[in-house]
Order: sequence, then structure tokens, then C-alpha cells
Amino acid sequence: MSTVLKSNAQEARTGTVTGSAAAKRGLGTRLRRLNIPGGLGGWLWLAVIILPVYYVVITSLKTQSGYFGQNPLALPTEPTLENYQSVLEADFAQYFMNSAIVTLGSVIPTVLISFMASFAIVRGAGRFLKLVNGMFLMGLAIPLQATIIPIYLMIIRLNLYDSLLALMLPSIAFAIPLTVLILSNFIRDVPNELFESMRLDGCSEWQTMWRLALPLTRPAIVTVAIYNGLHVWNGFLLPLVLTQSPSLRVLPLGLWTFQGEFSVNIPAVLASVVLSTLPILVLYVIGRRQLLAGLTAGFSK
Amino acid sequence: MSNAVSTAPGRAVGVKDSKQTEQRKAALAWLTVPALFFFLVFAVIPLAGVLILSFTRRDGIGAIGAAGLDNWFSVLADPGLYNALGLTFLIMIVSWLVQTPISLLLGVFTAGSQRYRAALAVLYFLPLLLSSAAVAIAFKALLDPNFGLATGLGLPFLAQDWLGVPQLALGLVIFVIAWQFVPFHTLIYQGGVRQIPKSLYEAAQIDGAGTIKQFFHITLPQLKYTIITSSTLMVVGSLTYFDLIFILTGGGPGNSTRILALDMYLRGFRANLMGPASVIAVILVIIGLALALFLQRLGGKDKQGSQLEGL
Repeated sequence: MSTVLKSNAQEARTGTVTGSAAAKRGLGTRLRRLNIPGGLGGWLWLAVIILPVYYVVITSLKTQSGYFGQNPLALPTEPTLENYQSVLEADFAQYFMNSAIVTLGSVIPTVLISFMASFAIVRGAGRFLKLVNGMFLMGLAIPLQATIIPIYLMIIRLNLYDSLLALMLPSIAFAIPLTVLILSNFIRDVPNELFESMRLDGCSEWQTMWRLALPLTRPAIVTVAIYNGLHVWNGFLLPLVLTQSPSLRVLPLGLWTFQGEFSVNIPAVLASVVLSTLPILVLYVIGRRQLLAGLTAGFSK
Repeated sequence: MSNAVSTAPGRAVGVKDSKQTEQRKAALAWLTVPALFFFLVFAVIPLAGVLILSFTRRDGIGAIGAAGLDNWFSVLADPGLYNALGLTFLIMIVSWLVQTPISLLLGVFTAGSQRYRAALAVLYFLPLLLSSAAVAIAFKALLDPNFGLATGLGLPFLAQDWLGVPQLALGLVIFVIAWQFVPFHTLIYQGGVRQIPKSLYEAAQIDGAGTIKQFFHITLPQLKYTIITSSTLMVVGSLTYFDLIFILTGGGPGNSTRILALDMYLRGFRANLMGPASVIAVILVIIGLALALFLQRLGGKDKQGSQLEGL
């Protein structure tokens, strides 16, 4: 897996597909003969994916009367941005800020402390580190939802209920196991000679970590940051349970309440759906390869 | 470390060196402390907490008292639990049956080198960007019998009361889950297919094996571990389809889409029965662990890495 991750990351870094180009060419000749059923299925699935997306986008540009009067799949006769305006007026900027704060406030600490732990697990030795590593591996199997009740009670006890910090703390904890697994696999692939030469130059382990391991692990760090970031950005259960003030809503929660309040104005509801996805869509357009590599976060094979 | 030195004093230096190195290595343990702290406080303690809470009850003012096995007896005697369990497994199995072949075929399809396939893949992965909340809300609008897809496409049979009839709601939930998660698994299979050595296909071509034969004799066996990883993620992940179902159907109509995770939430936070909800949570953890271990065993022991990730 670490090799996959590495080649993914490498592709992402250089923006080429040199690694798999040869393999793909071989597959290409093979697959070309599958063209008819394969192509048919491919286009069919495209319709399944695109129709809902198309519907959401065009409806969000319709006026109320356009929504009620036109064919639902026809392009809006008088396209309008007023739905977007009313969404923005309904505090979406605030939700957006909250989501950004929670996402950054979770991902940055997660990656930082997981990187340190991974470095220790790979470079260090001893029973304690083995135990820690084993515990993180076990943690991969804990579903977050199952611990929501004790987390809720603890957050109340800590006087953190209804705060953005309440969303960050459990998010960090639950992202640690996978992040450590991926980063430690990556650090393990750094050639030992490099560590040796750092040591001979008189660098401490602390210096080696920041000056050698960190730059060499950067692609993997970007990958896990994206993976974790998307999960936090789109998370719904923690905000639902741990916050209540309208001013502390994150985007998915804001979408849900907005939908409840504006259920008569479907175009506006769908405009809110589009708006909440926009930042990630922008990310997808500018860094698609990296984003997709981040999404599988080394799950492939 | 002192491999170039063979004289006696040199060796002594080497020994001293390795002692130092050992100390350095042990000292590294400190670096795990921040991660360990977060993990213990917000993952390990809650996990232990949920087990303890399953033996407690909360009175009207929120004080927690011992309840012995009362919660367990009441939940295990509640037909609602078996409804939720049945639905959870039904959705799990049907979702697996629907999503696996589609993702596998799309993975093979998008791994091809043709331009149009790469272009299609860009669009296939769009649902990955959406939150469950966005997906659920979009489909609710889409399914409106008058102003949704049914009217748009002129297909009256799509104009059903999707959220009002139990069987339809269940089918809808499975469809929307597939819509949201097939892209992720397609991505996994695409990665797996790209790793298959092309020499295998060249050899098969020389032997005169056709495309279909190649698929069943090369692609499928070579994807064994990818299938196990994807299935593990799919099956264990299906225990946590909470957000989507919560927004789409709220567990209804009646209790016809009330899966375990939703049952836990509704008991705990709507009915304010934290004890019984904790029982459901413990059951969820047990099922998750058991499934992960079972699927890991299925894959054999030679590939720990990938399967551990699958957990």
C-alpha cells in the first residue's frame, strides 16, 4: 500500500502519470474490445450521476415561478442569482467561516501530532511505542457514531457544549489512527542512509524529524490532510449533537436547518447545496489528482 | 554503524554509540504523547464510557445512576432492536450486492487509457465532493412528484410517494447510498486495476484469451485484495450511514428505514434514553469489530497492511 500511496503522491506532485502510463497502455488495447457494453454502461452511469447534479444547478438558478411553471429539466428561461443572494443573507457566510475554522482547527493539529507520533513509531524502539502503535491500529475499527453519547456527556462536563472547539477535539482523536498508519508507512520508506547521514552530521532526532522526514513526507501529508479535511468539512453528526446556536452552525448543519425553514423555496434550498459544495468543487478543479489521491488515502490495494 | 572500524578501540566506540542510539530511540516515545493524549481522552475513554453507560440510567435532572442489566434486558426484549438490526443487515447486504459489481466494472472502465474515459471519470467522482446533507437534500427535491425528475423526464412511474411508502423509502435509501458511495469504491478499484502487471494481459493475449476470459482469469483474481479492502470499507461503513438516512427519511415512514445508528441517535437524543442508546452503541461496536475481523480473515494473513487499513 505504501508503494501505491507513494506513486499516487508522486503523480500528484509532478502532475504526470508516468508511473502507470505503461500499464494503462496495455490495458487500453485490452479494453478497447470491451467498448460496446463497457461504453454503454459508462454513459448510462454518467446519466445517473449527472442528472441530479444538473437538476440541482439549473433549479438553483430558477425563479420561484420558473420552478413551478417550467419543465423541471429545462434551462431557466430567466436565470437569476437571487436565490444565492437570499442564501448568503441567511448567514451562510457565517456557516462557511465556522466550517473553515473547524476544518483547519482539526486537520492541522491532527497532521502535526500524527506526524510526530509516526516518526517516533518508525524511528524509535521499545515496548511502549509498540503498544501505542497497536492501540492506534485497533482504533481504526472504532466507528465514531458509537461513541457519540459519551462524547456528548464529556463535552458538557468540560463546559465545551455549543462551541466550535467541541467539534474539533473528537474530530482530531478519530482522525489520528488512519493518519498515523499512512504517515508511518511513508516514513518507513525513507532510505535509512539519509537518517544515518543526518545523525553523522550531528543532528538530533528532533532536527532530523523536521529537516529530513517532514520534507520527504510532504506528499503523504497533503494526502491525509485532504482526506481528513473532507471528512470534517462534510461531517454532520458531531455538529448536530454538540452545538445548538444558529451562529455556530457548520455548513452541513446549516444546509439541513435551512432546508427545514425554507422548504417552500426549493430553488433557494438547492442554491444553498451548490454554495456549500463550491469550495470543494474549486479544489477539485485546481487539484483533481491530488484530491482523488487524498480521498482514497492509500486504500488502493 | 561502525562497520568500517575493526580495531578494538573502534569496537568500543561502536558499543557506546549503539547505547546512545538506543537511548535516543527510547526518548522518541515522548513524541507520541500529544497524539496519545487526544486518542485516549476522546476515543478510548468514550469507548469505555459507552460500555459503562449501557449499565446506567439517567433520571429527570440528568444524574447518572446504576441500572444493572435493566437496559440490556429492555433493549434485547424490544422488537425495535430486531427491526433495526434486520434493516441494518438488509441495507448492508443489498448495498454490497449493488455497489460492488458497479464499482468494479467502473473501476476497470475508468482505468482504461481512452480520453473519453478519463473525461467521464472526472464527472463520475463528483458525488465524492458532496456532504451527505447536500446529497439527501438534493434527492428530496429531485423526487418531488410534480416538480422533480419524474415530470422532467416525462416518466410517470418515477412520480411515487418515495418517502411515504416503506418499501419505496428503503429502495430509495439504498439507491442514494449507492449514488454517493460507488464513486469512492470506483476510485479504489481503479487504483487496483492500474497495479495489475500488463505482462499478464500480454501473455493472455498470446495464448488467445478473449476479453471476457481475461477479465475473469486475470483482472478478477488480481483484484482479490482490492475487493476485500473495498468490501470491508463498504460493509463496516454501512453501519454508519447515519447522516444520509437521518435527513432523507428520518427513519420513516414508521420505522421502515430506522437502522441501528439512527435507532441509537433517536433513543439517546430524541427520547433521552442514554442507557438503552448506549446498549445499541455497544452492539454497533461489536458488529463492526466482528465484521472487520471476519473480512480480514477472509483475505488470509499474508497481506496485513492493506487489511488493517480496511478496518
